[in-house]
Amino acid sequence: MALAVLLVGALLVDIVTGPSGLGIGEAVAGLIDPDSLSPAQAAIIWQVRLPFALMALLVGAALALAGAEMQTILDNAMASPFTLGVSSAASFGASLAIVLGLGLLPMGWAADWMISLNAFLFAFAAMLLLQGVSRLRGAGAQTLVLFGIALVFAFNALTSLVQFVSSQEALQQLVFWTMGSLSRATWGNVAVLASVLVLVVPFSLGSARALTALRLGEDRAASFGVDVARARFLSLLRISLLAGTAVAFVGAVGFIGLVGPHIARMLLGEDHRFLLPGSLLTGALIMSLASALSKSLIPGVLVPVGIVTAIIGVPIFLFLIFRQGLARP
Amino acid sequence: MSEGLVVSGLSAGYRGRPIIRELSLAPIAPGETVALVGPNAAGKSTLLRALAGLLPASGSIRLDGAELVGLRFTERAKLVAYMPQTLPQGVDLSVLETVIGALRASPTGAGLSGDDEASAKAVAVLERIGIVELAMEPIDRLSGGQRQLCGLAQALVRAPRLLLLDEPTSALDLAYQLRVLKLVRALAVEQGMMAVLVLHDLQAAARASDRIVALSHGEVAAEGAPRDAITPELLSRIWDVRARIDTCEQGALRIMVDDVA
Repeated sequence: MALAVLLVGALLVDIVTGPSGLGIGEAVAGLIDPDSLSPAQAAIIWQVRLPFALMALLVGAALALAGAEMQTILDNAMASPFTLGVSSAASFGASLAIVLGLGLLPMGWAADWMISLNAFLFAFAAMLLLQGVSRLRGAGAQTLVLFGIALVFAFNALTSLVQFVSSQEALQQLVFWTMGSLSRATWGNVAVLASVLVLVVPFSLGSARALTALRLGEDRAASFGVDVARARFLSLLRISLLAGTAVAFVGAVGFIGLVGPHIARMLLGEDHRFLLPGSLLTGALIMSLASALSKSLIPGVLVPVGIVTAIIGVPIFLFLIFRQGLARP
Repeated sequence: MSEGLVVSGLSAGYRGRPIIRELSLAPIAPGETVALVGPNAAGKSTLLRALAGLLPASGSIRLDGAELVGLRFTERAKLVAYMPQTLPQGVDLSVLETVIGALRASPTGAGLSGDDEASAKAVAVLERIGIVELAMEPIDRLSGGQRQLCGLAQALVRAPRLLLLDEPTSALDLAYQLRVLKLVRALAVEQGMMAVLVLHDLQAAARASDRIVALSHGEVAAEGAPRDAITPELLSRIWDVRARIDTCEQGALRIMVDDVA
């Protein structure tokens, strides 16, 4: 509950922050009754601020939920779409769609969907690889993380290759991703990501019991009556959908998927009935704050939000690594 | 419909490496506690996991007349509870949460109306095992023995027909070993449940069970009441040790191992 209230506050801050100095009162009034503002102000709020802010919120929610599920099914606290290469794979898929597909499809809904579909397919492929490695005999947590890093490098290299051979216009689009930026947010994109979340979240929450049981070990979960293979596969699908779509629109925004679930776990524990919605809200909250920060860090300049999340996320990531390292007997 | 557990012609193992072949056991009656003993790598855990449905198996496992081999996870979970040796590390759940989680994840708990009913059941089991004071403790902070008791609670809360425990007492001190083994046997009798336990300690196995099944190289080496099954000949044959066995003044079986053969 408290998280939800904080979230609404952060969303407002995010909407209010920006170069053209609207007051909180004006912004709220504009949201409730667009006619109370001048056409220019209304346009800023409705066409720029609101889609940006909502996109930030949805991306944070999607990545953190994906991260929470990944950490559980791969049984690895370092897992997240960004750290293990799922985001990189999605970026590569999306860049292929943009470079190869832009001429074929008109900009708009169709292209939005195609880019996300491609991002999803590559994210899913990456998840299948990770899943395969995590089940290899003798493959520990480190093997998985190292494999994930290899995926990051491989897909980043492939994306660079696509950038290298792409046209000027496509290149401009591509560069946005590598930095992770909200500036491509449109109502169309927001609608796509929102529909994906609306589709995925009920299934995700529905699997909370199975995922909680999985934390107690695979054999134990199976003996509780959980079909472990099926639960894992469905979770993989959800993760790929969430991460793929989020990455398709804003690029590789790092660390939300890692840090969101960890904060939620510290607050709520690991009963997934609370952890999953908690991660979703925490991710949305952090991303909203990061988005507001990205607008105010350098006055008048919109810093790509990926840079901000990395600045916030890296120290937390390091903290987690060292804590894990020390805790190991 | 015949009650009890009948295992016949059971083969199980890992891909390309069968561990137990065509194994049959004398029928196990409701209320009976059976101890699986044998040297390392004899197939004890494999048999237990096959009974739990965690390994691909062929042959027949009939529980109260119903065939378990090939049964779906959810159906089997209504009847069978399995406790592995260890609880994973680094899990941020309290003892009570894991027990409620076990109940909720299984078909036994799916019909419960609300959280209150599930917690009431969970607390009752913790009380029975004597760890209710640990209910709110995170499982990461438990000692090895406490972790085993917590795992036992997760299995017992589901009130199974067949309870499978893999070395439930390996990390417990003497008093807790006795308590847990007595408790399992009492519950089996009380609820008409069948309990199959893998135990390393022969003396404890003899004391805690109605029947001993000794395995060696994936086959039954001896089977029967502890007094009949455990003999110096068996110890020499499957463990390679020289031992004497007698009965102490209070009637318990006493095994004295003199040396490796």
